[in-house]
Amino acid sequence: MQVTSSVREPLVTGGKTYHDVTHDVSRQVEGKPSLSWFLAFLTAAGVLALGSIALIATLWEGIGMWGLNKTVGWAWDITNFVWWVGIGHAGTLISAVLLLFRQKWRTSINRAAEAMTIFAVICAAQFPIIHMGRPWLGAYWALPLPNTFGSLWVNFNSPLLWDVFAISTYFSVSLVFWYIGLIPDFATIRDRATGLRKTIYGALSFGWDGAAKTWMRYESVSLILAGLATPLVLSVHTIVSFDFATSVIPGWHTTIFPPYFVAGAIFSGFAMVLTLMIVTRKVFKLEDYITIGHIELMNIVIIITGSIVGIAYITEFFIAWYSGVEAEQYAFINRATGPYWWAYWSMMTCNVISPQLFWVKKIRTSIVATFALSIVVNIGMWFERFVIIVTSLHRDYLPSSWAMFYPTWADVGVYLFTFGLFFTLFFLFAKFFPVINMAEVKAVLKSSSEKVSK
Amino acid sequence: MERDTHFVLGVYDDEDVLLHAVEEVRASGVKIDEVYSPYPVHGLEHVLGYKRSRLPIAAFLFGMLGTSLALTMQFYMMRFDWPMIIGGKDYAAFPDFIPVTFEMTVLLAAFGMVGVFMISSNLKPWAQPRIFDVRSTDDKHIMAIDIANNSAMDLAKIEAILKSSGATEVNKKSFD
Repeated sequence: MQVTSSVREPLVTGGKTYHDVTHDVSRQVEGKPSLSWFLAFLTAAGVLALGSIALIATLWEGIGMWGLNKTVGWAWDITNFVWWVGIGHAGTLISAVLLLFRQKWRTSINRAAEAMTIFAVICAAQFPIIHMGRPWLGAYWALPLPNTFGSLWVNFNSPLLWDVFAISTYFSVSLVFWYIGLIPDFATIRDRATGLRKTIYGALSFGWDGAAKTWMRYESVSLILAGLATPLVLSVHTIVSFDFATSVIPGWHTTIFPPYFVAGAIFSGFAMVLTLMIVTRKVFKLEDYITIGHIELMNIVIIITGSIVGIAYITEFFIAWYSGVEAEQYAFINRATGPYWWAYWSMMTCNVISPQLFWVKKIRTSIVATFALSIVVNIGMWFERFVIIVTSLHRDYLPSSWAMFYPTWADVGVYLFTFGLFFTLFFLFAKFFPVINMAEVKAVLKSSSEKVSK
Repeated sequence: MERDTHFVLGVYDDEDVLLHAVEEVRASGVKIDEVYSPYPVHGLEHVLGYKRSRLPIAAFLFGMLGTSLALTMQFYMMRFDWPMIIGGKDYAAFPDFIPVTFEMTVLLAAFGMVGVFMISSNLKPWAQPRIFDVRSTDDKHIMAIDIANNSAMDLAKIEAILKSSGATEVNKKSFD
């Protein structure tokens, strides 16, 4: 017999019963969309449409539309790519790593966080694909396909190719993991529905009936997928960091990159989860499921990963000095004091200093402060990638070719396009899919609700 | 009793009552067809006497397949089909092949295992499941007993066993 612990806070508050969980989560799938949802959705779709203009212009004219030049050959595109991939990492961390560590609080946030992962990876993938210039031929450059060169294969020594495999595996495994979790909840909605909705959710639920044998297999599949996704999520940002670390550019050629990028990814991912969840719990009235306790725990993850990132920045600086390599030393001094000093210090303030505020309990349990800081962290993480990429490139070995990077309207527009895409997908998800994993919340309900544990 | 009744259903509210009920019902000689729950109940597979799932073995075998396919592909393309010196490295630059090998191992293990799970549990978009009670995906655990498998026992006796094991309702259900 399970008992409610007197030491731990309940995971779900408000004395919910099993039926309450079903009702509270299915409610917004079944009801008419609210006016606020419509406004939010239309705004996102509008940004998507507006950004599409820049996307089409870039595809039509070529990537000369961007502000790249001979010296700074990678800028906003790769910055945005790494930023979006990083955001994606939190979903897998919550659903896989926290499952392995038996952190039961993850059950009410894992669904939305995994959805965020999938949408963020879709947004990330836009940039390398567009940057190919002629994406319709991209399959020949990115995949080992036989071609008319008879066959000159893709280069398996290149981290850019590893990235293709890493990101596509990450996307498809996350999608499968997410969908397997959705099947029982689609069945719940199917069994409450009639007519067309019953047909649609019936097909989406794959004929799920909740048999004990199927649940046993489901649990087994979840555990193995979590075991596979854990090294996978670490490998993805490791390989993204290899894009830089295996080059010989001062500022990029650093062995610290893999752990530093992974910590940064989790840091920015949790910040984005918080941004989204704080809004979602309010709009859908899910405060009893996504409690202040959840927000506090996520903020603790932000302190830890933010501090790791801070230590990484300092270590990089120290090693640049200690290496005795002048080019390396210059690259770092130039980051902090050169023409891009403002980007460097924005990064330092947003990523290293501001998350330390979460040491104060009042701040990490405050919704307003958390929401504001979650946005600050994501701004900081965007600047981190910008600093690494642009400041390392803009002053290369030949002072005569030193240059600055200035984004064009197309750079801004394509970035906006991905924001529109992300939020359009997220709002559609929030309306038509159960945003909380009902089955898994019910499974942990007994230890946390006084009504069902009588 | 009605002739077309094929299943007796015990409806349970609580997972712990259910676990004991399954033990009691099985001990009294009634064969349980299946138990349907809205969420995974830990230990239910043990009291029902199910063997451990072999899906992890499937995942391992598919993973091995991914590893071998990835290594074969890379060595064939880079060492045999079109050897080329890249960055002064060996044609067969084994360490460089590890990331892609790892990713393909994970990809095939995950998709292979999920595919086996879908097939073995008959999960497909056009599947028409037998729903004994719609509340089994909401808040009730449904124990289904197939009368044909328990012909030795009187129907009234099965119902009495279910009631005494803690079922809040005992219903009947038949499918065409």
